[in-house]
Amino acid sequence: MSGAFTKSTARNIYFGGSVFFFLLFVALTFDTTRTMPERDHRENLSDKVVLGKSVWEENNCVGCHTILGEGAYFAPELGNVYSRFGNSTEAIKAFIASRPAEGIRGRRSMPQFNLSEEALDAVAEFLKWTSEMDTANWPPNIQG
Amino acid sequence: MKYQSQAVAKPYFYAAIGLFVAQVLFGLIMGLQYVIGDFLFPEIPFNVARMVHTNLLIVWLLFGFMGASYFLVPEESETELFSPLLGYVLFWVFLVAGALTIVGYLAVPYATLAELTGNDLLPTMGREFLEQPTITKIGIVIVALGFLFNIGMTVLKGRKTVISVVLITGLVGLAVFFLFSFYNPSNLALDKYYWWWVVHLWVEGVWELILGAILAFVLIKVTGVDREVIEKWLYVIIAMALITGIIGTGHHYYWIGTPTYWQWWGSIFSAMEPLPFFAMTVFAFNMINRRRRDHPNKVAVLWAQGTAVMSFLGAGVWGFLHTLAPVNYYTHGTQITAAHGHMAFYGAYAMIVMTIISYAMPILRGREAASNRNQVVEMWGFWLMTVSMVFITLFLTAAGVLQVWMQRYGGSEPFMVVQEKIALFYWMRELAGVIFLIGLICYVAAYFLPERDLDVDVVAEAG
Ligand code: HEC
Ligand code: HEM
Ligand code: HEM
Ligand SMILES: [Fe+2]
Repeated sequence: MSGAFTKSTARNIYFGGSVFFFLLFVALTFDTTRTMPERDHRENLSDKVVLGKSVWEENNCVGCHTILGEGAYFAPELGNVYSRFGNSTEAIKAFIASRPAEGIRGRRSMPQFNLSEEALDAVAEFLKWTSEMDTANWPPNIQG
Repeated sequence: MKYQSQAVAKPYFYAAIGLFVAQVLFGLIMGLQYVIGDFLFPEIPFNVARMVHTNLLIVWLLFGFMGASYFLVPEESETELFSPLLGYVLFWVFLVAGALTIVGYLAVPYATLAELTGNDLLPTMGREFLEQPTITKIGIVIVALGFLFNIGMTVLKGRKTVISVVLITGLVGLAVFFLFSFYNPSNLALDKYYWWWVVHLWVEGVWELILGAILAFVLIKVTGVDREVIEKWLYVIIAMALITGIIGTGHHYYWIGTPTYWQWWGSIFSAMEPLPFFAMTVFAFNMINRRRRDHPNKVAVLWAQGTAVMSFLGAGVWGFLHTLAPVNYYTHGTQITAAHGHMAFYGAYAMIVMTIISYAMPILRGREAASNRNQVVEMWGFWLMTVSMVFITLFLTAAGVLQVWMQRYGGSEPFMVVQEKIALFYWMRELAGVIFLIGLICYVAAYFLPERDLDVDVVAEAG
């Protein structure tokens, strides 16, 4: 770190490098958002799925669960729960609706959210839509 | 203290430490819920404790960064702060807004909080780390703007150093990328894509500028090494950070419905992300070896060295461990991630805030360094916290390896079954967490025990 390598060389690498790679990142983002519809199947984003995402958010499901591997690590992955539950939205709804309000003794417990039929339906559709996304074969197996 | 207005930093530092204690208490609650599933259920469900834990972390680090700026910028700029009053007002605004948000999390169900705060008008809630009600997010932006204005005006009217300019660039970047938290598309894949523009571009982007600037400042002060040398290092470090870290965002774009070329871009660039952290370690030790003076604040030097080492271990080594796409395929979203998240946040950002507090607090109280006794107590805090964080990381890593093995690689056992089988490691993590808390208590005590001086020369030259 001496001789020809001066402070202003270092500064120029910093400026030039960060601007260049930021622009490259923007270009890649542009390409990504252009090709994503083939993978996320946004044509299936019905009003129900959209409502389901807000039910998901307004009950902070991500505070216990991961979805596509992101979130909390306390409870099962839900990105593929639709497949794990035998491709059944009814099974998902039944599971959520049947949580005991006082929890299960000694076991990690999921709250009883008292969701309306509409909200239950929506969140299950949202999980179904998520499971149909092309995620490069992740998770490795059905257990998530 | 060279400039009266540096005193604005003081309440920020106290708030940071106070919220840190609360953060760790909620961590311990969650640690117990991991093994005694219904602990405090349904009063404090796990997700609520988690929001409190992670949001308190972010908020106390922000208090720390702001306090650091109020302390460091006047000194670098060789002028009083533009408006101390604004600094104090924003302190109270931020503290009250933060406290109300936490009370909201704890007092009512999250869905009620969302409804009360009109989340449907501009839905931004319910995403990891960004759980705050939209109105709180707007408050954060306002505080950030006022803060940047205050600091920016101070730099403009005074001397412009590399350290203050890099610090401000990092802080502006922090504010700018936070704006992506207001973008919440109903397409989950896109939502995730831009969510990382807040989370990744913070911790592996602009925050590294803040980290580098604070570390450089403290090293100049405690070693007396020539500013030119330190500034050159700082440029090298932040150049490496941004060159690798921006495209390195791709390590989060492997499995979320994004094109598979990200497996290449993400793996290659993020594999180089440890470089700036390694450079920081070399830098810190180099400067301390070349020191021109022995600063009486030994514990601040210890914190600076600790930050350099632990950020390299937590971010560099534990980050590299799971960053290559073929590895991440198995480790994604497991306890390995939690292990890395803990050591990286502690080693880089918690420790840099404790470094500047350790350096600045005695000066803010009119001494160059704390008395020997208090420094020793603080060193106990340093070692207890740092060593127990190493153990927390090791236990979580062991849990994570077993989890991957049983659930995804060797076998395919259900999540809940595997969690029970690895409960022993969660117990050990909790135990290490309790020792961490004891370390934190030592750390706090070091600032509140009366100073007991044996040697007089420490008091002589105050700030
Ligand atoms: C306080 C933590 C917590 C929150 C919040 C939470 N869950 Fe759960 N959830 C759990 C736990 C723990 C289990 C595993 C329960 C068991 O096996 O006994 C679970 C299981 C599930 C399952 C079954 C998964 C499987 O593979 O067996 C579904 C589906 C589910 N949750 C959906 C949701 C939805 C939707 C929300 C938000 C509305 C939500 N959860 C919020 C803790 C939580
Ligand atoms: C000392 C006792 C601590 C305990 C027992 C503890 C426990 C936990 C637990 C159980 C979680 C949730 C993991 C999950 O989602 O399942 C968590 C998350 C987290 N904690 Fe802690 N924690 C402690 C201290 C800390 C400290 C000191 C820091 C940082 C300075 C920290 C930073 C984090 C972060 C960043 C997350 C989110 C991790 C992620 O999303 O991967 N924690 N902690
Ligand atoms: C101080 C800097 C860093 C901090 C504070 C940090 C923190 C975190 C946190 C909290 C997460 C979990 C996010 C979530 O909840 O989903 C995470 C994920 C991740 N980090 Fe870091 N990190 C840092 C640096 C790095 C570096 C340098 C690398 C690579 C070399 C890296 C690689 C990763 C990877 C691959 C993941 C995704 C894990 C997964 O797939 O579940 N991190 N980081
Ligand atoms: Fe990252």
